[in-house]
Amino acid sequence: MNVSFFFEVLIGGLLAGVMYSLVALGFVLIYKASGVFNFAQGAMVFFAALTFVSLVERGVNFWLALVITLAVMVVLGIATEKVVLRPLVNQPPITLFMATIGLTFVLEGLSQLVWGSQPHGLELGIQDVPMEWLSKSTGINISQFDIFASGVAGILVAVLALFFQYTRIGRALRAVADDHQAALAVGIPLKHIWAIVWSVAGFVALVAGLMWGARNGVQYALTFIALKALPVLILGGFESVPGAIIGGLIVGASEKLAEVYIGPMVGGGIESWFAYVVALLFLLVRPQGLFGEKIIDRV
Amino acid sequence: MLYREAGQFKSTYAEDQQIFPIRQDRVAMVALLAVAFVLVPLMANQYWLSAILTPLLIFALAALGLNILTGYAGQLSLGTAAFMAVGAFMAYNFVLRMPWLGVIPSFVLAGLCAAAVGVVFGLPSLRIKGFYLAVATLACQFFVLWVIQRWGWITNNSASGVITAQKMEILGYAFDTPVTKYLLTLALVAAMALLAKNLMRSETGRAFMAVRDMDVAADVIGIRMMHTKLLAFAISSFYCGVAGAMYAFCYLGTVEPEAFNLDLSFRVLFMIIIGGVGSILGSFIGAAFITLLPILLSVLFAGISHLLGVEIPHAVISNLELIIFGSLIVFFLIVEPHGLARLWQIGKEKLRLWPFPH
Amino acid sequence: MNRAQSIGESVLSVEGVSLAFGGVRALSEVSFDVREHEVRAIIGPNGAGKSSMLNVINGVYHPQQGTIKLRRDGAWREFHDMDSHEAASMGIARTFQNIALFKGMTVLDNVMTGRNLKMRCNFLEQALWLGRAKKEELAHRRAVEEVIDFLEIQHVRKTPVGRLPYGLQKRVELARALAAEPSLLLLDEPMAGMNMEEKQDMCRFVLDVNDHFGTTIVLIEHDMGVVMDISDRVVVLDYGRKIADGTPDEVRANQAVIDAYLGVAH
Repeated sequence: MNVSFFFEVLIGGLLAGVMYSLVALGFVLIYKASGVFNFAQGAMVFFAALTFVSLVERGVNFWLALVITLAVMVVLGIATEKVVLRPLVNQPPITLFMATIGLTFVLEGLSQLVWGSQPHGLELGIQDVPMEWLSKSTGINISQFDIFASGVAGILVAVLALFFQYTRIGRALRAVADDHQAALAVGIPLKHIWAIVWSVAGFVALVAGLMWGARNGVQYALTFIALKALPVLILGGFESVPGAIIGGLIVGASEKLAEVYIGPMVGGGIESWFAYVVALLFLLVRPQGLFGEKIIDRV
Repeated sequence: MLYREAGQFKSTYAEDQQIFPIRQDRVAMVALLAVAFVLVPLMANQYWLSAILTPLLIFALAALGLNILTGYAGQLSLGTAAFMAVGAFMAYNFVLRMPWLGVIPSFVLAGLCAAAVGVVFGLPSLRIKGFYLAVATLACQFFVLWVIQRWGWITNNSASGVITAQKMEILGYAFDTPVTKYLLTLALVAAMALLAKNLMRSETGRAFMAVRDMDVAADVIGIRMMHTKLLAFAISSFYCGVAGAMYAFCYLGTVEPEAFNLDLSFRVLFMIIIGGVGSILGSFIGAAFITLLPILLSVLFAGISHLLGVEIPHAVISNLELIIFGSLIVFFLIVEPHGLARLWQIGKEKLRLWPFPH
Repeated sequence: MNRAQSIGESVLSVEGVSLAFGGVRALSEVSFDVREHEVRAIIGPNGAGKSSMLNVINGVYHPQQGTIKLRRDGAWREFHDMDSHEAASMGIARTFQNIALFKGMTVLDNVMTGRNLKMRCNFLEQALWLGRAKKEELAHRRAVEEVIDFLEIQHVRKTPVGRLPYGLQKRVELARALAAEPSLLLLDEPMAGMNMEEKQDMCRFVLDVNDHFGTTIVLIEHDMGVVMDISDRVVVLDYGRKIADGTPDEVRANQAVIDAYLGVAH
């Protein structure tokens, strides 16, 4: 057993996990502030990436395209809040969840209708090649791109954590997540808050879309990333920003390690379900996730 | 004035407990069955029988299975396609390796295999609820597909995992034409729908609904959680398994594991959302809606492109389909969370008074 | 007041029950007994632990200390860790402070769920709706209709419970508990949130249940008038401790009780 190979796989897995965390962050934001599990997050990632890439391909400047896409995501967030969430405001969470499934399909159809369905490449200027000095000195190959992505994710998480903890809007968001009625009672404008949250989630989706798009290309399969974020959320809890990161790391690492070391024994392809089974086993022990709050049923 | 209950008095509890207490409903049901069993096979063309009606019935059965679990018992499941897959592949194996069993017993055994898988993957429901449970069922969905794709035995070591369902023969009579396949499907689905209806209006159904509405209270009055939840998974998976077997034998003919992917699970979920959760009738309405909608759309767009003299690309139509599906889900959840079945019920209520306003 | 049933021997004995949630002590060494056919009230200021006491009796909470003893068929049985399912099969039924009805079902279906422990047929028989299953369902329907008649809710039997006014929902909950033909009925604030008329009706029903079926009743109630009128004996709890136990008149005159209710520091 090659130690440096093990580290390579482990670190590669951890970094892949960071990419999952990027997507999970969007879920956490929306759930934290509105109690809605937004199944459409994956479609939002896809939509953001596709819009950006299509603009760039049509000759729009990189930064301008970024701004325009962000604006589009904000509009999308506001529209979603008005059309989907507000009419369903008192319904049980399951109903809201199913509404976001519907939203997913709408977004998927819309994205491809407007921009077409061919895959696109996305260039961010950083190559997916091993860092030379690292491989030369230790024999471990770690992609430059992966390092860059985790750097971006790290910055994003830090910014979001600070935002929630220290700004007035962040506090308002946390208040809303805890108790809608109470928040209303102290004068927090619920509708504005939700529009803000969905827009921030849209921004996070854009960042995630750029990272994933650069790595795997912008194509329909991107929507399935959302599904991978689910085990991450279960491990890290639906309401915790640091939980999303840690959950992502665990999922990424365990998935890669399992695929490399257990996979060959059972025919490979474990990655399709391993993360889910890990999450499932975890749920049996701790139904509320690593960072979640215990649910108490009162009669 | 046609749909009047006047004069229909029920003097025994048995009369009150009937599936169709109102005489007009009974007449309508008999007429519907007569049309379905006699008129349709005589008059419909091959395309309608094999490409529309037969899959519609099969999906109705799968939707029925999911409705028992999610609509009546309140356990959200995204693993419907996996249970169908178990049913399809196990039916193939039973017919292949034990041909003396016969087609119907093979379907039943395949359903029981699916039920067993359902119970195993339903165990988490004893501790997990809501969409956490949905994620657990996703584990089932992915894992089962992986097993089917990798396990040579189950596909008889076919190279790409593709299996071809055998010809069906019951008591020496072959069921290999669209008409005979349709009739077999219709008979099976109708029988199983009746069983499901009986089950849901008796104590089992009440226990399911109690667990759905307030499981803590159900527990306190003596309804056993484990028994009830696992029974829900078992019965639901049985139905989905039989539906899967019919999907392979009566409809597709040639099946690959990928046909039972997450998309199919979502499709069936949409059927019960649009048709009506917690309603036997809703399963049928939802299945009809989702099956017929794409056809409606392509006819509509063919008409539009004909009118405008413009060729509308297929990609546009399928994307529009996605958008319309999604919007309908959201629409129904907002306007009538109980789906088309409830709208039908409301319509019947209004019909009881028609033509009088009150 | 003339009552049809004469009060018999002790059938329920709560001995030294202590219950704590984390750092909060809900009950501290509470002991009392309940006699057959009597109407026993548990009263006390808010937060005294009354609902917790009921929850311990029917197995929803497990006390850290103490036992619950039930007399069935002449013999005493001791329980340390009875679960709610066992309690239900021992003939204990209850209603809840916040209505715990199944909102998606009709009144009839809700009351029928109360019969679930008496149903013997398995799901296959029910699916086929033949002979035994059909007979059983109809027999239980008959029994449930008697309860529905008794509580005068025939007119709403096919209405989904969620659509009924609060007072009727409370009655449906009582019907569900009665459908189980309990020997011990626990009522958690059965008259909360009702107006004068509804309270009188509910009082009448509770007394009728006791007279007609001989059911032993333990009830939590805030309305002193009701308690004094209908109960045979009263237990008073305050901050999780028993501070008085006796007839309504005895309890009314007890200084500790008066202090507790007036909020005198102690």
